Amino acid sequence: MTTPMIEIRWHGRGGQGVKTACEFVAAVAIQGGKYSQGFPEYGPERSGAPMKGFTRISSEKIREHCSIYHPGVVLVLDESLVGPEDVCEGLADGGSVIINTKRDASSFSDLCGGTIWTVDATSIAIEEIGRPIPNMPMVGALLKVTGILDLDHLLGAVERDFSRKFDRKTIEGNLRAIRRAFDEVKRDG
Amino acid sequence: MSETKTETSLKGVKNLAALTGNEAVAQALRQINPDVIAAYPITPATEIVQIFSTYVSDGLVNTEFVAVESEHSAMSATIGASAAGARAMTATSSQGLALMWEMLYIASGLRRPIVMPVVNRALSSPINIHCDHSDTMGARDAGWLHIFSEDAQEAYDNTIQAIRISEHPDIQLPTMVTMDGFIISHGMEVVKMLDDDVVRDFVGTYKPDTYLLDVDKPVTMGGLDFTDFYFEHRRQLAEPMEAAPGVVKQIGEEYGKLTGRKFGLYEGYMLDDADYVMVLLGSTAGTAKTIIPELRAKGIKAGLLKLRMFRPFPADEIADAAGRAKKIVVMDRAEGFNAVGGPLCAEVKAALYGKSRAEVVNAVYGLGGRDLGPDLARAAFDLSGPGVIHLGVRG
Repeated sequence: MTTPMIEIRWHGRGGQGVKTACEFVAAVAIQGGKYSQGFPEYGPERSGAPMKGFTRISSEKIREHCSIYHPGVVLVLDESLVGPEDVCEGLADGGSVIINTKRDASSFSDLCGGTIWTVDATSIAIEEIGRPIPNMPMVGALLKVTGILDLDHLLGAVERDFSRKFDRKTIEGNLRAIRRAFDEVKRDG
Repeated sequence: MSETKTETSLKGVKNLAALTGNEAVAQALRQINPDVIAAYPITPATEIVQIFSTYVSDGLVNTEFVAVESEHSAMSATIGASAAGARAMTATSSQGLALMWEMLYIASGLRRPIVMPVVNRALSSPINIHCDHSDTMGARDAGWLHIFSEDAQEAYDNTIQAIRISEHPDIQLPTMVTMDGFIISHGMEVVKMLDDDVVRDFVGTYKPDTYLLDVDKPVTMGGLDFTDFYFEHRRQLAEPMEAAPGVVKQIGEEYGKLTGRKFGLYEGYMLDDADYVMVLLGSTAGTAKTIIPELRAKGIKAGLLKLRMFRPFPADEIADAAGRAKKIVVMDRAEGFNAVGGPLCAEVKAALYGKSRAEVVNAVYGLGGRDLGPDLARAAFDLSGPGVIHLGVRG
């Protein structure tokens, strides 16, 4: 299957797992036979400071080695960045913005021209993983919104790649969190 | 030279890995399994030797890993190990390379075939950890071969080939293999690795012709030359640079047969009939490649000449490949501080002298990691006029 290149921008705060998520999605795409890049924007790496990450996925070789200026998808891991950061900057026509929030997508209807999706990723992370780190549920939401990667393939990668770093309970919590966000992410209208 | 092919499916490709540039080079070092690595950490190159040190701890390599107290010591220990007869390596970046300064010349003067991955990073002051080419450009006349890499794959491939190039009997010189800081060193992408035994066979066992621990053939290294022999020895040091292009091409061909990835002194992209040629080094070549087909579709015959070898400088090849162009835009990721232009442009102009009527335009870009996106890459083809242009700078 030929997929045109999808470009994803991640907004979050230091400590929310933007770097892990943008690289993990790239690694899973590559394991699935796609070309991909994952890279955070490196600055002063302070906990809580706004930061960005980037992921490209394509069925053809990716030649660009630069930032992403016109993302098709924007993920916002921290709702408080909406406003202080222009999370919609450069959003491609027909693009999607996925926001971690308790609010409905309709609350963000004035934000920009793209389709707004919302998911309460922080609550899901607290309930399933026991820590308020929203990156993995947001990955689940990304898969639902874009269909760019197969959910079962990604869950298999979590089982495999996380086993070196995390105990069984944490891995199972991550798997549940990804599935829940995949099921619970909702769009406006 | 090789024109870039469109690569599509990755299905069924063996040893496919999702790696950052640093991880890819650390894997290459593991597969090369050198006798000695002496290193000191510096951002953004730290991971190369940090990851490698875990291979040492895990018993995956036989390397003697020497954690030294500075980069000056790292290069000194590497030279000492190499002089003793070991295959010795190190890795560094930016200020670390600057601190190695005097030892860089000792390494080449002693004809030590040391291979050193360098992650290109800006020099202080002000402090900046991001990419530009100022660090290795400053070391361009130190008697080292100098190979630039566009992406993590090339950083991996070039590191492996550099062992054979440096140790070739006609070369016997150190080589620095560079990749762009953060953009490549910390960006995860697809890398097609080789099997461990394929790399081991390709690099072979290091059999030095001359080394200090060879008690049957005692030699002096680091002797004293005054007006009597210094000139002759320096002339000898310049000779392998003349032999290097042939060796680099031969090893690049051999590596191509093994991997399907052939390497020469440069890569041409839509270059053969190009009227407007961009010349550059490193990762920005990839971004430029995405712009060129777009310009071609508008009837603008654009092309790219990405230099792989910066030392020795492939002057004749550049003149042959790009001399017929109407305009050549040379992109420097380093400031020359000479009121003339960047170091790459000066060399390209010298290469074209008497052989080309092209307008040569010089742009300095991307200092301290300033991004060069598609819009600026596109704008670069339209630049014109004498004097250096600073592309993407504010004010």
